[in-house]
Amino acid sequence: MPKKIEIKIDGKKCQGYLGQTILEIARNNKIFIPSLCYHPDLKIKANCRVCVVEVKDCDKLMTSCSVLAENGIEIFTNSPKVKKARNTNLKLIFAEHTEKCFGCTLKYNCDLLNLAKKYDLKVTNFQDRKVKRKTYKFANAVEIDGSQCIDCRNCVDACSDIQKINYLEIKGKGAAQEIVPTQDPNIDCIYCGQCALHCPVASAQEQYNWGEVEDILAKKGKKTLIAMIAPSTRVSIGEEFGLPYGQNNSGKMVAALKKLGFDQVMDVVFGADVTTLVEAEELLERLNDKKAGLPLMTSCCPAWVKYLEFYRPDLIPHLTSSRSPQIHLGGIIKTYWAKKKKIKPEDIVIVSIMPCTAKKFEISRPELKIGKLKPVDKVLTVRELAFMIKKNNIDFKKLRPEKSNDLINDGSGAGIIYGASGGVMESALRTAHHVICDPKKAKICRSRLEFKEVRGLEGVKEAKIDLSGKKLNVAVVNGIGNIKGVLDNLSKYDYIEVMACPGGCIGGGGQPIPSSMEIVSKRTAGLYQGDKKIKIRTAHDNKGAVEVVKWLKNNSQDHRVLHTKYSKKKKDKINLV
Amino acid sequence: MSIIKKIEKACLLGRGGAGFPTHIKWQSVAKAKSKTKYLIINGAEGEPGIYKDGYIIKNLLKEFSIGVKIASDTIKATKIYFYLNGKYYDIYKNKIIKEFNKAGLKGKFEIIKKPKGAGYIGGEESTILNIIEGGRAEPRLRPPFPTEKGLFGQPTLINNIETLYDVYLVSINKFSGERFYSINIENKNKGVYSLPDDLSIKDVLIKTKNYPKYDFFVQVGGDASGEVFNQKQLRRKVPGAGSITIYKLSNHRPEKLVNYWLSFFADNSCGQCTPCREGTYRLLELFKNKRSYLKDVSDFVDLCKNLETSSFCALGACAPIAILSYFKNVYPNLCQKK
Repeated sequence: MPKKIEIKIDGKKCQGYLGQTILEIARNNKIFIPSLCYHPDLKIKANCRVCVVEVKDCDKLMTSCSVLAENGIEIFTNSPKVKKARNTNLKLIFAEHTEKCFGCTLKYNCDLLNLAKKYDLKVTNFQDRKVKRKTYKFANAVEIDGSQCIDCRNCVDACSDIQKINYLEIKGKGAAQEIVPTQDPNIDCIYCGQCALHCPVASAQEQYNWGEVEDILAKKGKKTLIAMIAPSTRVSIGEEFGLPYGQNNSGKMVAALKKLGFDQVMDVVFGADVTTLVEAEELLERLNDKKAGLPLMTSCCPAWVKYLEFYRPDLIPHLTSSRSPQIHLGGIIKTYWAKKKKIKPEDIVIVSIMPCTAKKFEISRPELKIGKLKPVDKVLTVRELAFMIKKNNIDFKKLRPEKSNDLINDGSGAGIIYGASGGVMESALRTAHHVICDPKKAKICRSRLEFKEVRGLEGVKEAKIDLSGKKLNVAVVNGIGNIKGVLDNLSKYDYIEVMACPGGCIGGGGQPIPSSMEIVSKRTAGLYQGDKKIKIRTAHDNKGAVEVVKWLKNNSQDHRVLHTKYSKKKKDKINLV
Repeated sequence: MSIIKKIEKACLLGRGGAGFPTHIKWQSVAKAKSKTKYLIINGAEGEPGIYKDGYIIKNLLKEFSIGVKIASDTIKATKIYFYLNGKYYDIYKNKIIKEFNKAGLKGKFEIIKKPKGAGYIGGEESTILNIIEGGRAEPRLRPPFPTEKGLFGQPTLINNIETLYDVYLVSINKFSGERFYSINIENKNKGVYSLPDDLSIKDVLIKTKNYPKYDFFVQVGGDASGEVFNQKQLRRKVPGAGSITIYKLSNHRPEKLVNYWLSFFADNSCGQCTPCREGTYRLLELFKNKRSYLKDVSDFVDLCKNLETSSFCALGACAPIAILSYFKNVYPNLCQKK
């Protein structure tokens, strides 16, 4: 146990522990110190100099994010000296960030605007100096707008230290420095969006599609507009509206989307159940046929798929041929559902709400098309949806929860936990366990629902799973930064789940800002609670999903709707605008 | 008596500019339990107006090499990196290798040329660690200090060339507290002189026969970051890495000088922290817009103060020293005379 200490901040006695920074102790004691480059999941950089404080009897100001507190010290967060430095640094930073507030998804909770207001500062004290800087676009998923960058470098650290991709670099020095994609031909972006998630000023961000979705809604005509909500979004969107972390708000999401003008809202949890059915089947096939190639690897994370296609195309045969939940559900809506509802597939427009930026890239993959149609037409991040809700003055907090569609049900508990690292694995194991089960021991089989050994926030989770006598070595890679050790020891495993973002989709690049591992674990708890509360907790018990898969097979649609293939990828051309 | 005790008794201070007691650094690295330890010789000499390290390499290489050997033996260095100013590297590399080998350091050292773009900050010690490790030319957060966790995370002793030369003198009981002064008139190098380190500016100028007959002012401790004093303020010691630059009061061009200082720091800011990256940029911008009225602009004062109080490293904190002291000590007089 670290030693307890007491320090004084602005005259108030504050308890903390030896080894904590001044900022940590201040925040734990509900004392506000502004910060921009500080992020609890990144290394301390102390470069924005906005969190400076005065320590009694010390001449130089100190950055509270980097300086460890010592017992008995006295801190001033608002002395004249602190005010002067903090305000000057803020004014300098404001002039780095070209204000593009009108369409910015962060504008309702912008750190820069909030601080300007709080300290009564003009954002225009100095003239914006980066107006002419360009925007680097990475496929159709992520972008970095140099005209808004405040040089905090969080994006670089997220890309290099967390994800270990090293795609972003700092070019030049002094005022001329710029964040740029690397020229290294052996490195490419995987679109995970962790840069965006860690950017305090939306310089790194998703490539917006909310404008196009607004147009679609405005010019609806005879189209049927369908929104789909991803498993993890229900427990995170509330944060955008001041609701508690981890609260399940799927009902309010449905209501909000309908208010925005969507005809139907469907739950990607259903798509996840379909994915589980398809993937569990393949897992069992591969286990029985040694030539088929083990380990089997999950493919529902599009950033991971891009990673493998670019960095390790030799391993492509290990990826499950199963499409991802969003693509499954989109495809099902445009085939099965359209048929049942007697609606022409081309008259359906599908917008999915995702915790992810790479999902934008996923829907652009031509091999996923069903005939001429894309399974999903547009992807919005959670941030984009929240922005649209706010923009349209919809009071999310007060919305009465609504149900999504009935023909496509809301899915099982196994589908809900898809949002967390280990969830895909656990869902597949629940179903594989059931299928493989010896009928004589059926009762015991069905009792194995939870596979807690694959849950949690560890980087790599390994487990030996007993599937009715069959021993399965599984690994769950939580965050692409942890992939290397697993790929180097591939022969150890039978089944591997990989999620590019730490925590899984729940920590995805399209989630609300701020996000941190602490917040991620609160969101995750919400998902597992949802799984516990629900009656049907396995994909194979979701009669609707089983029925849809059967229907697709009977109508020879299973191949075009349920399966896909992968190919080696070359480095993207960088789009500079 | 151990060499560290001797150094302590001799009150030897680091000659790189910061003046940190040498024996404390040595003790800390010598005591560290790590199997791998490094010695880095800082030969960056990036401050304009100072060239005493070059002088030592040229004239006192043998003595300096012995100092290096003593340091390496004392801390039990695994390897020595001699980080060297590009100009000196090109001229003296082979001579240094020869002399180091003679001093018994064969196979133990590597000479690293200071990269071209590293600039002024490329002489700051934690920046040197980054450069040798292949990183950006930027200072590191402290703590940890290089003596605890330096190069590749190992305890590292970083000493300036002159400091190690002085160690040699200490080792043969010949250290008398002298240091090297670099003296310049305008931009011309007048020479390097060894004199007691507690002399006043005035005494140094008189003893070296450089005391001008005309009205003048001086900048001491480096042409970029050194403080500026008028003729009545010469009773103080020479700080930093020991340079005195004389400017003729009547024909110096204030705007050119101010522009030089501001441009120097704007060009040499590494870009890491806001006060320096943005502050030096805005100061230069203000100057270009307002010229000599600069000192009356409140933003100007705020930016300078902000560099002093909230910069990440000493480069930022030192950036406004020259210009502020020039406005305080020289410019008002100049106005009166005109």
